Parts: sequence; structure tokens; C-alpha cells
Amino acid sequence: MANPNGIGASVRRREDARFLTGRGTYTDDINRPNQTHAVLVRSPYAHARIGGIDAAEAMQAPGVIAVLTGADMEVDKVGSLPCGWQIHSKDGSPMKEPPHFPLARDRARYVGDPVAIVIAESREQARDAAELVMVDYEELPAVATSRKALAEGAPLVHDDAAGNVCYDWHLGDLAAADAAFAQAAHVTKLDLVNNRLIPNAMEPRAAIGEYDPANGDYTLTTTSQNPHVIRLLMGAFVLGIPEHKLRVVAPDVGGGFGSKIFHYGEEAIVTWAARKVGRPVKWTADRSESFLSDAHGRDHVSHAELALDKDGHFLALKVSTIANMGAYLSTFAPSVPTYLYATLLAGQYKTPAIYAEVKAVFTNTAPVDAYRGAGRPEACYLIERLVEIAAQETGIDKTEIRRRNFIPAEAMPYQTPVALQYDTGDFAKNLEIALPLVDYDGFAARKAESARRGKLRGIGFATYIEACGIAPSNIAGALGARAGLYESAEVRFHPTGSVTVFTGSHSHGQGHETTFAQIVAERFGIPIENVEIVHGDTAKVPFGMGTYGSRSLAVGGSALVKAMDKVERKARKIAAHMLEAAETDIEVKDGRFVVAGTDKSLSIGDIALQAYVPHNFPLDELEPGLDEQAFYDPKNFTYPNGCHVCEVEVDPETGVVEVASFAAVDDFGRVINPLIVEGQVHGGLVQGIGQALYENCVYDEDSGQLITGSYMDYCMPRADDVPSFTVRYHEDQPCTHNPLGVKGCGEAGTIGASAAVMNAVVDALSDYGVTHIDMPATPEKVWQAIRRATPAQAAAE
Amino acid sequence: MYEFTYHRPKTLADAAALLGQSEDAKILGGGQTLLPTLKQRLARPSDLIDLGQIPDIKGICEEAGGIAIGAFTRHAEVAHSDVVRRVIPALADLAEGIGDRQVRNMGTLGGSICNADPSADYPAAVVGLKATVKTDRREIAGDDFFTGMFETALEPGEIVTAVHFQKPDKAAYAKFRNPASRYAIVGVFVARFGNEVRVTVTGAGPSVFRATDMETALAQDFRAEALNGIAVGADGLNADIHASADYRAHLVTVMAKRAVEACG
Ligand SMILES: Cc1cc2nc3c(=O)[nH]c(=O)nc-3n(C[C@H](O)[C@H](O)[C@H](O)COP(=O)(O)OP(=O)(O)OC[C@H]3O[C@@H](n4cnc5c(N)ncnc54)[C@H](O)[C@@H]3O)c2cc1C
Repeated sequence: MANPNGIGASVRRREDARFLTGRGTYTDDINRPNQTHAVLVRSPYAHARIGGIDAAEAMQAPGVIAVLTGADMEVDKVGSLPCGWQIHSKDGSPMKEPPHFPLARDRARYVGDPVAIVIAESREQARDAAELVMVDYEELPAVATSRKALAEGAPLVHDDAAGNVCYDWHLGDLAAADAAFAQAAHVTKLDLVNNRLIPNAMEPRAAIGEYDPANGDYTLTTTSQNPHVIRLLMGAFVLGIPEHKLRVVAPDVGGGFGSKIFHYGEEAIVTWAARKVGRPVKWTADRSESFLSDAHGRDHVSHAELALDKDGHFLALKVSTIANMGAYLSTFAPSVPTYLYATLLAGQYKTPAIYAEVKAVFTNTAPVDAYRGAGRPEACYLIERLVEIAAQETGIDKTEIRRRNFIPAEAMPYQTPVALQYDTGDFAKNLEIALPLVDYDGFAARKAESARRGKLRGIGFATYIEACGIAPSNIAGALGARAGLYESAEVRFHPTGSVTVFTGSHSHGQGHETTFAQIVAERFGIPIENVEIVHGDTAKVPFGMGTYGSRSLAVGGSALVKAMDKVERKARKIAAHMLEAAETDIEVKDGRFVVAGTDKSLSIGDIALQAYVPHNFPLDELEPGLDEQAFYDPKNFTYPNGCHVCEVEVDPETGVVEVASFAAVDDFGRVINPLIVEGQVHGGLVQGIGQALYENCVYDEDSGQLITGSYMDYCMPRADDVPSFTVRYHEDQPCTHNPLGVKGCGEAGTIGASAAVMNAVVDALSDYGVTHIDMPATPEKVWQAIRRATPAQAAAE
Repeated sequence: MYEFTYHRPKTLADAAALLGQSEDAKILGGGQTLLPTLKQRLARPSDLIDLGQIPDIKGICEEAGGIAIGAFTRHAEVAHSDVVRRVIPALADLAEGIGDRQVRNMGTLGGSICNADPSADYPAAVVGLKATVKTDRREIAGDDFFTGMFETALEPGEIVTAVHFQKPDKAAYAKFRNPASRYAIVGVFVARFGNEVRVTVTGAGPSVFRATDMETALAQDFRAEALNGIAVGADGLNADIHASADYRAHLVTVMAKRAVEACG
């Protein structure tokens, strides 16, 4: 009998009861005995020399315990925040990797760069005193955009990064691409900007540092997506604390979207300060600080050209991108516009020659790093905008041009010209499922109906593929990763048959406590209630790499399967012993261990009890206990893919874009929990729509001040901004190289949605001759585009 | 927030007395503007005088020629009031479109007009509906109340107690909201009183203003088409990352037409 809460069941998230009733335990909910409160003094300037810091007055303020600066850290030999990925430039030279100290020493390099920490008995006291810390700033000229950073004679963010260039990298075969362009019947060209975003996780970042002088142990509680990575980076590179003396706990975490992967200075600051003041030190960002100091996302400026033959077949693609790194290299920043971006430029198409070059630059802005999708939304947006323009220019229907160029399912596994090998995918099928869903044939009638109401209607497609399940350690290592990218799991059966699973994955909204438990319940035929999932504590869980890049199920789930395999192997032995049968005669059916051809069988519970009460155990053959651990290193990336279709309606009088409908057809491989998958897709779509229509991080070009520093100006998408989504998936193309056949679903929505929305917006405006608008398509931008196209109308007004 | 002393007077007289005792005392209405300002440490009042316990300045009642609304009446109460909905439905619509549900449940009419945010909605109705602002000291004509960006005719320590709105024959409010904050980028209130028409514009300029060319045109021909070709100048209008002055000027005409159409 199938397990009602097994694989494929839409089990409601078990963790939600706790979250929805306010019983979650987030870092800020935790208060340690004798705790102190920290407030950071942050630079109000985008670029300034720090002459000195006078804390005398602040030290006199009520409740103040300490004011610490970069100079104090220097005395204690605190290191620079490390970067986890090294890129080499075209000429073979390593990227520029200037130091990034948790507290700035001689210079502040962005508005929000921390320069001192004030520790007091209460948060308000620390805040009061922070205003009294006198920092002698000498303001320096700043560069707030990547274009300005590359301008001749631009001020330097770091003296040793000439021209503000971090690296100038490339991938692909330029000669082959040039040769193809020479043969082209048509070339489509496009300049586009992938707008900068601020992640805005619901829970602001927070950290509590503790030091126990009795045994020299440190504990950091932090809002992290990967506590082991933080322990490794902070312990080994920043504070010099051996890992057995450092525990990192990431309790309930309220959303990350990538922004909580990275090792932030505040984590090191509170851990270091806790020892200095001899008491726990707690810091919680307020929302303004989050805007200023969470690692931002995207921020690409690109030029792209696509060569086509006379029948609309893609011959070659050339892309040149400038990527903004911000003021310092955040943990994984260099990998995002390179190996997570350029490697995806084949998209779903058999374009034979691809060449991409990426220049990463420093600016006086917050660091930029991975944000939901990380590089892959940028690739998808670029390709799909190009394809849509090519369709328009060649007069080939936008679905037909895609069909002509799709990599056929029969060609799998498919080696792209940009390093990746896709294992499975049926891209034409995704499109064929989508077309009737959105009634493509009825679009002309809908457009006419909109026109009768004075509205412009557009339809846009986006097909995407992403490389998830990050990553085979050997490949990642060859590409510059300074870490392995496997995952760990431990499956511990208790004597009475219940199970605790320890995973190195981390859930901050993904629903691991449900999905992972379903996999265990199914495998051993036990109620889901008997399975507990533990994550986020380096003192409990084996070394894991955490959650990002849609990797939890594909990598963490696979580790879990490997650990369960080991449990089953041992359980078979125990069963054989208990049932007095040969091990080879034991079959496992719906979680029961059966002697083949008999009605003799045992449940895993019976076996677990025997394992822990081994009164009659062949101890020379079998150890007591039923507790197994495994590490899984993936053989390849996984390749979720899909087809997204958006319809918009534009009000030409105001420029307001309304998303009229959105359909997403996705191939995530095997789906463990359809309800959670649908939720992930919905959230992703809203984020992608947000980038396309609403969200935009703006710094003042001259002063480098963050203009969109609150929700008054930074526009988040809200429930009433989006339609009810149509979401479908198929399971015909399971991943070929992991035991669950899963591909990952966490980022997909974000990857496809922005391109689909923008293609629809431009389609709606095509009657006005508009060929491109940069994101976000705000009402004014759309109105201006219409106005430019109809000068007569503008003059009449 | 900096430290302050919190007071909750039960009568207007007590509130006025408390205000008189300190130069840096501030009135607290629904707190939707003032509290974020305090949290950002952008203001440092010594005392906060919460008006929430004073019954005299709450509630809605129909009066000769219109409606009187107490200063401490929440936006949501105005939006959901049967009286407002029956007598001046455009005013209920306006209140319903302020911010979001949380803001409407806390923010008050008095707080909104005293704050005189250039992109607030109520100022358009105060001028558009020829309102009278009542204070603990006097009555101020709505036309004279808003004197500039975040500036009003109020004297220090003066408390707004109520606003009396005149009942128009027809009225409607059309708002183009800022997608982020949901304040008005441009809001146009159109009201017709017999042969007189008022067209008031909020959000576009430093303070609410009347679009007199539009008023004249509509007084002759109360149809949206009458506004064809009539626009306010972009000079002196607000400009920010969400909307340039040109765009705001354009929106004023669009919203004015929509308001006229909504008048039915
Ligand atoms: C997210 C958000 C969105 C918003 N969107 C909109 C919008 O779309 N449209 C809009 O119009 N507004 C909007 N607002 C503002 C909202 O309407 C506020 O309620 C209003 O600006 C202030 O009213 P309050 O009652 O909260 O006053 P408070 O914040 O308490 O006070 C504001 C000011 O008025 C003074 N004050 C208050 N009451 C009196 C009185 N009776 N007499 C004298 N002085 C007084 C206070 O001293 C203070 O200076 C928004 C606010 C937020 C936070």
C-alpha cells in the first residue's frame, strides 16, 4: 500500500504550524543570559578615508560596554573575509582580490560599510552611543555604477585594482563564433541592462556571538543558509578558531534568496567581540541596514549579438557583459557572472558557437553576489530577449523560431559549446504543453478585445534551462571553487523505530522538514510523524554545504538516499539474523523486510529495536545500533527547464503594465511534493515579475547614496500585483544521475519570469515600433517609450 | 527612537495644556507618519500627546450641507462609513485607496492633513470639497489650510478637531499611485457644485493645487472630452525616481479625465 505521505503526495508543510502561529525560533528570538547588544557604526559616505575614530564620548554614554574598531581587529590579527571562488582573466592572471575587513580600516568603500561596533546593555543604548562615535572622514570621489567605474580616469575603489577591474574573463570559441557571424544571413543585436536588486528576505540578518572561557568554545547563532560554510570560512580565515572549538547554529531562518549564503563581517564581529567583552553579543539588522548591507543581486550591462541563417537557425552568439561586484568581493560573487551565467548561454538551443566575455568591476556600492537564480536569470533574460527580437526581425513566429532551434530530446545527453553537458530535457514538449494552456491561437482575439478597451496586449515567451544541484566538486574545483560541493546526511533510527535525520542542507522556506521526511517515510513504510529532520547546527549535523542553487533535494536528498541505503543494508543483515534466513533471501517490500516466498517479515521498527537491544546478536558480524551517515557528491549538475508564457495589458495613457496571465510549464524531474513545488514556483514567479516591473536598486550616480533605501522607494511586488498562476509540470525526463531523479525547483520561477514578462511588454508596444525596454518596465518608462514612438501625439498634448 | 514622555489625555483641554507645557511636545495621531520618523531618529520630541482617548474628536456625522469628520477618525472608518458612502461616496473611495489596510486601520484624517505630505490624498478632498478645518482655536478654510510642502496654516500647539466637507452634486477621485509607497504620484479630485467645478491636484506639486483651466472648461462642459488639450505646466512639479515632472503633468490630465468619467 502506498504511503499516504510518501513520494508524490502533496503533504502540507509540517513546519508551517510553527511559523504561522508565531512559534518559530529565529535568531532574533534567541536571548542568551547576560547578553549585550551591538549596533554598527556605518559609513555615511560611499567613499571616504578614515582619519581616526574617537569613541571617548560614546564610551561615557549610559550602558556602553565597549566601542571597537578596525584598529582593534588589526591588533587581534583578525583576517579578511575570504572569497570562495577564484576566477582567472583572459591573460591567465588571477582576479584582483582586495582585502575585505569586517570593520573598515583606512577607507570606507560604500554607504553602509561598517567602521565600528558599539556594545551596550540595551540596543537603544547602543544606538544612542553609536551617534556619539566621532569618525573623521575625508570624503573621496566615488563611482556608483559599473559604467562610471570603467570610465577613463575614474576614481579607484581599490588602489591595486587598476581601472576598477576585478577580472576580464571569457569562455567559448571566439574564432568559431566570428566565422559563423561571417556566414550569417541576419544578425540581431541588443544592448541590455539586468537591473540591480536588493534581496529583501522577510527576516533581516542577525547574529549572536558567544564565548565560553571555561573551555574556550565559541558559538555563533546566525541567519545563514549554510552554517558549516560559515564555520569553515570564519574559523579558518577570519578569526583563527579551530572548527572543534566553534559551533555555528542557523535556527529558523526567514528567507534568504541567496543573500544569507555569504559570510558577512557582522558574524565575525560579534563572535570576536563576545570574547573581548566576556559576554554574549547580539546584533540584529534593522530594515534600513538590510537595504544597505545585504549583498545585492544581478547588475549586469551587456551587449549581445545573435547570428542566424536565412531559415532562422541560430549560428552563433556573442555576448559581452560588465558585472558589478560592488565594493568588495562577497563570498561567491566572482562565480555568479561567469560559471553560473556564461555557461548557460546556450539556453535550450543548439547554437553551435558561443563566445562570452565578462568584465567584473568594483564600485562604491554594497557587494553583489548570488540572488535567487544567480547568473541563470541573467543568461535566460539575455537569450530570450534576443530570440524574441530575432523572431520579430526575421518575421518568424516566436514559437516557431524556438522550435527550429531547440536541442531535440533525442540529442540528450547534449554537450553545449559552453562547458555544460545537459543530461535530459524535452524542450519542445514544454512548449507544446504550454500553448493550449495559454490559448496561443486565441491571442489575436484577446488583443482585439483589449484594444476595444483602449489597452495594448502583448504575449511573451521564455524558455529557460538552469544548472542546479551545485555541484560536482571536481568540476567546481577545476573552475575555481575553493570548496567541495557535496552534501551530507545521517539517518539515525531510534530503538522504538522513530527516526532522526540530520542533513547538511538548510531550510529557510523550502520545506525540508516535510519533503525529506516524505522520502524517509516512503522508503521504510513508516508514518511521517515518526521522522524528524534536523538541520542548521554544526554541533549536530555532519559537515554540509547548505542550501542554494536549488541543490537541497538533488544533492542533500541524494545523500539522504545513500544513508538510507546503508541503513537498509544493515537492516537486511539484522532481519536475516532475526528471521533465520540467508541475507540474500531478504526482500524489501513497502519498507517491510520479507523472507522471499514466505509470509515471514519484519518492520523496520522490529529491526531497530533488535539493533539497540542486541541480546542475541552475532556481535562478530554485526555491530549494535542503526545509524548511518553518507556524503553525496553529484556526478553532474541537474538541468531543470521549462517554458513560461506571460500576457500583459498596457494602459497607453499611463504606461501601467498589468500581468493579465502567467503560465509556467516546468520539468523538475521527479516531484516529491507537488504542493511545495507549486509554492516554490509561485514565489519564484513573483520575484521574477518583481524584477521585470517593480524592483530596482538605485544609487545616486554622484554621491553613491542609496536612493531606494526603504519600501517607500524600493518597490516589492505584492499579492495584488500578480494574477493567479497556471502551473504545470511533467515528470517524463527524470534526472539521469541522481537516485531520486530530481532536478530542483527553487529558482526556476525567477529564472523564466522576468524574460517572459519583458517579452510580453515589448510585444504589447510593438505597434509603436518599440523593440526593447530595460527592466523594470515602470509606468513612466513605458509611457516614455510610447511617447518617443508617437511624437505627434506628444506634441498635441 | 529617542526617549520621550508619553501622554494620553482624555479631553481636548488636557491635550492643549500638555502641549503648552513643552516646546518639543508633539501630537500623536495614528502614528503612521510620526512613528516611522521617530524610529528613524529623524525627530526628537520630548513628549508625545496621544489624541486617541479623546471622544470629542472622533466619529462621522451628517451636518447641514455636508459631513463633519472628527480629526481622530481612522481612514478605514471613513472608507466603511455608511454616511460617507451615501453623502459623499468619492470621499469614502479616497479613504479606501490610502496606503494599505494596516495604514488605513491606524492613520487618521487629522494626522494626514496636519502632516501635509505633498503626495497625501486627503488634501485633494479638503480643497476639492470646499472643506472647513476646525481646530481647538478657530476655523480655517480648506483653501487656506495647506501652505506648502509639509506646511499648514496651523500655529504651534494648535490641534485639529474636525473637518467639515461640503456635499457636492457629483464628485470623484482618481489616483495614480506610487507602486512602492502607494501614496499618490498624482491624485485628482473633481467635484461639481451647481455650476461651479473644482479640480484639485495632489502629488504632482509641492502642495495641493487647483487646476483652474480645467475647472473653467468643465464648468462649461462637464465631460472628459472638455479637458482635451488642457494640461498643467511641468514647471515646478515634483520629480523623483518614480515620475518626472513631465510625466506628472501628463498624468494630471489623464487622471482628471478619469475622475470626470467616474462622476458619471
Ligand atoms: C506605508 C504607508 C503608506 C501610506 N500611503 C498613503 C497614501 O496612499 N495616501 C495618503 O494620503 N497617506 C498615506 N500614508 C500616510 C497615512 O495616511 C498617515 O496616516 C498620515 O500621513 C498621518 O496620519 P496619522 O494619523 O498616522 O498621524 P501621525 O503620524 O500620528 O501624525 C502626523 C503628523 O500630524 C500631527 N498631528 C496628528 N494629528 C493631529 C491633530 N489632530 N492636530 C494637529 N496635528 C496633528 C502629528 O503631530 C504629526 O506631526 C501612508 C503611510 C504609510 C506608512
